[in-house]
Amino acid sequence: MKVLYFAWLRERLNRGEDDVDPPAEVATVADLIAWLAANDEAAALAMANPKIIRAAVDTEIVPHDAPIAGAKVVALFPPMTGG
Amino acid sequence: MNVRVETAPFDPGAETNAFLAAAEGAGAAVTFTGIVRSLPDQQVAILTLECYPELAVNQIGKIIAEATERFRLLDATVIHRYGQLKAGEPIMQVMTVAAHRQAAFEGAEFLMDYLKTDAPFWKKEQSPDGTERWVEAKEQDDEARERWTR
Repeated sequence: MKVLYFAWLRERLNRGEDDVDPPAEVATVADLIAWLAANDEAAALAMANPKIIRAAVDTEIVPHDAPIAGAKVVALFPPMTGG
Repeated sequence: MNVRVETAPFDPGAETNAFLAAAEGAGAAVTFTGIVRSLPDQQVAILTLECYPELAVNQIGKIIAEATERFRLLDATVIHRYGQLKAGEPIMQVMTVAAHRQAAFEGAEFLMDYLKTDAPFWKKEQSPDGTERWVEAKEQDDEARERWTR
């Protein structure tokens, strides 16, 4: 599964994406954020406040309790500031 | 319906004329152009817009579909740039056409309010002295969006 990072999340991690293969118990977006943070110091710092991180699974914006099983691309990013 | 997410500059007048030319017989068209802001007490030399284009096209398409149904728009176009922009350059343009002006105005406002909070763009401002900062999401933008759900 590919994980994309944007804006200050990408900057704090110093990379735009990861290829990951989380175990089956990592079932939701919230689980994935916690799993990434547990496995990487930079991710732990960058995602210290998971509540402000937004997510999209296969180009659909989803809440943190959304499942990630079978997802090809999960994107994690700060609140959007378009317009 | 037309969604364009692109890095190239656009000509707001030419876009408006092309949109109006296609709006045969409709009574009201509204155009809004967003421009890179630079104020005396908060000068911006360069605005960098980061974007997730695939998600942006998807999200903007959904927002337009909702606005079209809700305000009975006859047509709507959203153009949104990303990449590096200078102060004064157009960032984005929303155009709506409807039978009457209220629907065209409200449809454009609805689109703007949702684009602020629900389209995957992230603004980073660089001041003339080179200092960079990410623009933070504003509470009033969330409130502006929420008023449409009341």
